[in-house]
Amino acid sequence: MVKIILPQLSADIPKATVTYWYFKAGDAVTEKDDLVELTTDKATFNLPSPCSGILTEISALEGAVVNVGDSLGLIQES
Amino acid sequence: MPLKVIDLGLVHFPDAQVQQKELFREIKSGRAGAGLIVCRHYPVITLSRKANRDNILVSQAELENKGISVYAVERGGDVTYHGPGQLIAYPVFNLNYFKKDIHWFLRYLEGLIIRCLEKSGVKGERSAGLTGVWSGRLKIASLGIAIRNWITFHGLSINIKSNDLANFSLIRPCGMDIIVTSMESETGRIIQIEEVKQNLVSLFESSFGFLNSN
Repeated sequence: MVKIILPQLSADIPKATVTYWYFKAGDAVTEKDDLVELTTDKATFNLPSPCSGILTEISALEGAVVNVGDSLGLIQES
Repeated sequence: MPLKVIDLGLVHFPDAQVQQKELFREIKSGRAGAGLIVCRHYPVITLSRKANRDNILVSQAELENKGISVYAVERGGDVTYHGPGQLIAYPVFNLNYFKKDIHWFLRYLEGLIIRCLEKSGVKGERSAGLTGVWSGRLKIASLGIAIRNWITFHGLSINIKSNDLANFSLIRPCGMDIIVTSMESETGRIIQIEEVKQNLVSLFESSFGFLNSN
């Protein structure tokens, strides 16, 4: 399983809000697909899929506030 | 790597979005390093994905009567209004070539706006903890960006004409109880949009040259 991790978006942004998942659990995803949209202050940021496979779990639902380094979900790599 | 500047003039919001997405594709493909669209919009209200629709304070029917369209967009922020008395700039920058830092880019844009206002005799400033540019306690310029593959789109608006502020009363700008102002309101004189546009483009070009060489 590959964790979907919130990366550092800025030197002074410790967290972000999950605003939109482009896929649902069980969907096949391809590496670099836009996976999830995160919002911080006045910017949105699309996190690309780290690998190809099946999105098996979404742990940070839309509206959740997540910290840098937190896992947002899991992908079963193909 | 030059900055590609596109001046659309007065356009409907969706037409500018089409141009912006085309420029984004061009930057992503590497055919251009960075681009800047400048334009003005016919009256329009835009909402981010996380915006609260209650921040539009009037009915859809009233908006239609006023000829104001509403569009959902993928930028950050909440709700905002754009009209012909504002200058809009959509910088499409590949931050992979500069600095992969969202706040750095927002502060960079605020700095350009402050210098642009200064050229017309308006003192703009940042407000701690709030994105945008203010004249005293009044908001004079707004920012809302989106980033995909570390390429930016959407951007900034500067309120220039004093006769285009009334429609802000139709919304709670940015979802907050803020009062907006314009360059004309702050100076008490007529300010040509063309003058501000040329100053802003020139500031983008000179700062882009500097960023590019560092």
